[in-house]
Amino acid sequence: MAAFGRGCLYLALVLAIGGALASAYGGRTGGAQWVAVGRRAVYALAIVLTAAFAVLEAAFVRTDLSYKVVAGHSSATTPLFYRLAAPWSSQEGSLLLWVWLLSIWSSVALLATRRRLAAIAPYATAVLLGFAAFFAGLATFLANPFAVQAPAPAVGAGLEPLLRHPSMMIHPPMLYSGYTLFTIPFAFAIGALLTRRLDAEWIRSTRRFALLAWLCLGVGILLGARWSWTELGWGGYWAWDPVENAALMPWLTGTAFLHSAMIQEKRGMLRVWNVSLVLTTGILAILGTFLVRSGILQSIHAFGGSTLGVPFLAFIGALLTLSLGLVVTRLPDLRSRARLESLLSRESIFLLNNFALLAICFVIFWGTFFPLISEAASGEKASVGPPWFDRYTVPLAILLVLLSGLGPLMAWRRASLANACRNVLGPAIIAALCAAGLVSTSGQKPLALALFTVAIFVAAVVAQEFARGAAARRRAAAVSWPFAVGGLVRRNRRRYGGYLVHLGVAVMLTGVAASSSFQHVRDVRLTPGGTTRVDGYAIQYVRPTSLVQPEKVSLGAVLDVSKNGRHVVTLRPTRSYYPMVDPTLGPVGSYFNGNAETQVGLRAGLTRDIWAAINPDLSSFQPMITAADRRFIHPTPRLLGLLISAIAARYQLAPPPALFRMIVSPLVEWIWVGGLIGGIGAVIAIWPAGALALRRIRVPAALRPPRPVPES
Amino acid sequence: MDPGRKRTIRLVAALAAALLLASALAYTSFTAASKAVTPSQLLEGVTPGRWYQLTGKVLPGYRQAGDELVFWVADRAGGRSVSVRYAGEVPDPFAPGREVIVTVRRSGSGFIGQRDSLITKCPSKFKASGTG
Repeated sequence: MAAFGRGCLYLALVLAIGGALASAYGGRTGGAQWVAVGRRAVYALAIVLTAAFAVLEAAFVRTDLSYKVVAGHSSATTPLFYRLAAPWSSQEGSLLLWVWLLSIWSSVALLATRRRLAAIAPYATAVLLGFAAFFAGLATFLANPFAVQAPAPAVGAGLEPLLRHPSMMIHPPMLYSGYTLFTIPFAFAIGALLTRRLDAEWIRSTRRFALLAWLCLGVGILLGARWSWTELGWGGYWAWDPVENAALMPWLTGTAFLHSAMIQEKRGMLRVWNVSLVLTTGILAILGTFLVRSGILQSIHAFGGSTLGVPFLAFIGALLTLSLGLVVTRLPDLRSRARLESLLSRESIFLLNNFALLAICFVIFWGTFFPLISEAASGEKASVGPPWFDRYTVPLAILLVLLSGLGPLMAWRRASLANACRNVLGPAIIAALCAAGLVSTSGQKPLALALFTVAIFVAAVVAQEFARGAAARRRAAAVSWPFAVGGLVRRNRRRYGGYLVHLGVAVMLTGVAASSSFQHVRDVRLTPGGTTRVDGYAIQYVRPTSLVQPEKVSLGAVLDVSKNGRHVVTLRPTRSYYPMVDPTLGPVGSYFNGNAETQVGLRAGLTRDIWAAINPDLSSFQPMITAADRRFIHPTPRLLGLLISAIAARYQLAPPPALFRMIVSPLVEWIWVGGLIGGIGAVIAIWPAGALALRRIRVPAALRPPRPVPES
Repeated sequence: MDPGRKRTIRLVAALAAALLLASALAYTSFTAASKAVTPSQLLEGVTPGRWYQLTGKVLPGYRQAGDELVFWVADRAGGRSVSVRYAGEVPDPFAPGREVIVTVRRSGSGFIGQRDSLITKCPSKFKASGTG
């Protein structure tokens, strides 16, 4: 089967290169048959790569250790769920996932636009196949997932414990879907530039894909944050790590594009800006993929010992050169006659929002690449930490939320001052009153208070807009409120979906501000019976727990959380120890000094989360572990199980002190609730207005106007 | 005002704001950054009170002393090492032989770690084929 997989990869490479050349040739000469060849190559590529991916998944499912990638990232004891997700924990498998998703999304995009953009589509196809050729080439020649070894090792390394979380199944594919989907508007933008067809048609046709890319990337980022909060023992959801930043940057420029694209659609303005934003977003998406694999920046997410930096750098260089060259040579075609008429207009608010988003993106870019910048400037490799990022991104985020509230209230072209004031007044009064109420609790954190105020303003704006629209519908059609709201959304999905996204972002950033400004953290060393206090909660270490399983041993604690003498919740944080294949460690030591993984004890709630992680101090157990390793150098699995069980039993009978991190974090769940609201809004905005179109077609024949008689 | 002139003023204002932000970014990043160093570079001399980002391998024999973790970090290729006293979150993959990044400053004969600054790089995670 490995040979079949390798064959699929070669075939994919041939299809991608051949299809790209055919498409480009067809686009240039107007040869419809060549264009069709290119299009079919994309569909064939999707089929071939689906087969290749199925072969790799099957190898993981049956734990075929003759595949190097399976032996390195899975094992027979790895549960099936994680064996299914293990392919993308490897460099090789993740490249295959990337190009497979690219082929699927490209096929969907070409199917959706098959009757439109006849001049642009062939070039877009060529660009998409060019991307596919690059990634298929990497997977074929530099990181082949179908490489085999003989003899196959007896046991596999297993999936890295830190990656054992349900999000592993969905977080990476979502991010990759976001990245690959952003290549679609990129490809069509290149096509539009090449053919000089720079009206809003390519934007209109690829808008849904840009929005879907934005949604997938956003979901991926939020799932990653959730994973970090609920699984990793550090007690945070965002660390300004280069790889996190790499996903956020294209999301920010993508957000900017989704707004400024509306200005081009409505007013024909900002063509240079839009095309530059799309190209930047596409390149940032590739940069995100590159950062994980290059080893140029220190990151906990990076693939170790990667050799793919140089080809990626060359590819990004080529993309940059192509994009810049095309924009510069097409500048005369990109000029627009329409001008910004007033600073008090929706366009200017959108433009300000674009500046804020790009400023955040630039800050993140600078901070992420600062180690390289400082090395180039001063010869010293240095890096900036989270406080530096926060200093700039927090005020800009507040500005952004404010603008997301003001935008919907302004008319296009030129809003009258009186009208603008009338629209803003109600939400502003509500926000001001709430802010006055919040001063007593949040006054000592002015930035958090500012964010709460603008978030309330946005929520009030959204409520006002929904209420006004629904009231108008009720007046027109005399329907009930729910029907009026439903009809309103159905008739203008983009607008009201967008409002929900604004509300979601406001809710999410409220969660970020509250949890980062007002959370209480305590690191404490406790023995059973010991108690500590965090933000008014008394947390008692009741008793230790232990569990020995075939692939790990888990040591933990039962914690009783109470407030004012009343029981609130029982938390059970644990730390699991997985054996590590390391010749310097003995059989028992390979567990307790090997790979550890924290399982957080968490009580999630809408008002606050209570969070606890444990790290047992096993230093007093080390002599026992060392003695066992000296005495039993090659124990049978049964004996090893007994030794591990004996240590686990000792942990329960004579528990050593344990270090606990305990956190009470207010409103942290709002981050994901906001994400959910925003996600629903995005889905509404993406959803095709098919039902309405269908209704138009089904007008009874008797009511149709008579057809004009054709002139002969 | 003439619309062309108005546009120019706006453009200049926008560019000035962008330039201001960029200069602030550049200045603060250079002043707030902590220099990345290896243990042997640290041993060659440090500025008292300044934070450094120490990268190296954890040596066997780390211990818990109260709330603090005491460990030795050596150059990646072996050789010289420094001791670090650290309080705060210890990432799951922390173990002897692993590469860590921790922000430290001089304290007596050793170094003291900044709270929660310890990052562990896990060599077994996402291993590329052929790299061991």
